[in-house]
Amino acid sequence: MAPEMTREPASKMTQGRDKKGSTQGKNVANNVALALFWVAAGITVSALAAILLYVIVRGIGVVTPAFIFTWPHGVNAEGGIFPVIISTIYVTGLAMLIATPVAVLAAIYLAEYARQGKIVNVIRFAADSLASVPSIVMGLFGFAFFIETLGLPFSMLAAALSLSLLMLPIIMRTTEEAIRAVPRYIRWGSYGMGATKWQTVSRVVLPAATARIITGLVLAMGRAIGETAVVFYTMGQAINLPITPLDSGRSMPVHLYLLAVEGINMQAAYGTAFLLLVLILIFNVVARYISKRYSRIKE
Amino acid sequence: MSTPGSLQLVTSRSRIKEALLATLFFACAIVAVLGVALIFAFVAYMAFPVITEIGFLDFIFGTRWSASSGEFGILPFIVGSFVVTLGALVIGAPLAVMTAVFLSELAPPKLRAWVRPAVELLAGIPSVVYGFFGVVVVAPIVARLWGGVGFGPLTAWIILAVMIVPTIATLTEDALGSIPMGSREASFAMGATQWQTIYKVVLPAAKLGIIDAIILGMGRAIGETMAVLMVVGNAPQLFAGITAPIATLTSQIVLDMGYATGTHRTALFGMGAILFIISMALVLTVRLVARFGRAHG
Repeated sequence: MAPEMTREPASKMTQGRDKKGSTQGKNVANNVALALFWVAAGITVSALAAILLYVIVRGIGVVTPAFIFTWPHGVNAEGGIFPVIISTIYVTGLAMLIATPVAVLAAIYLAEYARQGKIVNVIRFAADSLASVPSIVMGLFGFAFFIETLGLPFSMLAAALSLSLLMLPIIMRTTEEAIRAVPRYIRWGSYGMGATKWQTVSRVVLPAATARIITGLVLAMGRAIGETAVVFYTMGQAINLPITPLDSGRSMPVHLYLLAVEGINMQAAYGTAFLLLVLILIFNVVARYISKRYSRIKE
Repeated sequence: MSTPGSLQLVTSRSRIKEALLATLFFACAIVAVLGVALIFAFVAYMAFPVITEIGFLDFIFGTRWSASSGEFGILPFIVGSFVVTLGALVIGAPLAVMTAVFLSELAPPKLRAWVRPAVELLAGIPSVVYGFFGVVVVAPIVARLWGGVGFGPLTAWIILAVMIVPTIATLTEDALGSIPMGSREASFAMGATQWQTIYKVVLPAAKLGIIDAIILGMGRAIGETMAVLMVVGNAPQLFAGITAPIATLTSQIVLDMGYATGTHRTALFGMGAILFIISMALVLTVRLVARFGRAHG
């Protein structure tokens, strides 16, 4: 007993000293490491801020009503970019019209009808692969298939068909997630009242998932608007105001690319980049607004 | 069954309707499969003459690309694509993972409410705008600091690194979010600091998710076209330093597709097929990682 009692205070002391020393080291390491994470997040946010601010500051002066609503003229594309804006909206809208029904119905199948198994695995793998196909390969395919093989002209339709392949997996995924987020018991209530599967899906599940589905659609549209490589060799590159789906045109990203590479009219390039960013921002804000409203209703 | 007709809720007509609808939905789901199959079959078909006209090995390992003299070796582009992608990953992946850890573990809720949308917005910026920013801002800075024209791998790394941050960060954050709070609490209860908890508990637990995220970021980088095209310099040469202009598989396709004919065109489709195979391989890897995770988790 006695030796132990004499040893105890000594061991306590050394323990205490060790602990204090290591605690300090621990705290320093902790603070330094945590600071690095803050720095990383800071770099990420600054990158966004730098791009946005630069384009806004340089572009905002260029964008006048005349820039938006008049045609370009002259060798250096002075004047406005009206037909380019219309072409962009045209091709994006058309691509969404083609992709949305197929993607939403496919998502309904995956979320509500499919039994997990080989077929679903194949479909999911295909959707993932489709989502990962580099956009220029999609453009290459669109050019060779829709234009050279099927004989479509360089047109809104050819570009929209190619774009819709790109949109399909994105919309499928967001829609499926939206449908899966609808609680199970809501479906049981419907089945309990004798509703069929389609009645349950169409009158109970889809209305409950609508807001989130629309959020996904809006974000996909934002993605389609900025897409360049897919439409580069399918839409035509001449400036034209498209009327029918078989008309050609030049989209805003393509316009921006050509201006930036040729370096002939940087003012118009800044203006186009600014408008493109404004469109993307609007789509993001709208998507955020819809999903926020949805979550408030849910509460 | 003895159900009286008046009480029969599901009529045979609605049963047929149900079956037809289910078939329709299935058909739509199959569109994705057909789409991928069609793209691959078509691009591969267009690319096939590469083997007879150029020779597979000369195509892949040839170092000279000159359309005018009929030489189509794409090794410079393959090397270029990998150089650009790996450099972007070296810069972008740590940045993205750390940003995700910040969002998931450290950020005060109010700050998180600002940083997370910022990361998402980064994903929404069109690649041509990234490329434009690279041309007018990053390239001149690189030219001033490192010499040269400012167009080359280094500029591409910087731009691409920022572009893949949202891909990797959002997926990593998902992976971190799925770790039960209890494992963090256990670590804190044992006296671990937050940093020790992050790198001894949180990051190892999310390892597979982070690997997935980085592979998908890699896919994004290797397939990225417009931004790379605008800043990489576009010289069909083997990698020769961080400021010497190079070209990638994607950028060369865009550059040449407008005027290429004959074997030249075939070669471009061959490059497209290779890109397709690379991206499929990355998707497959992600699946295998997930399967490994299920088997060992």
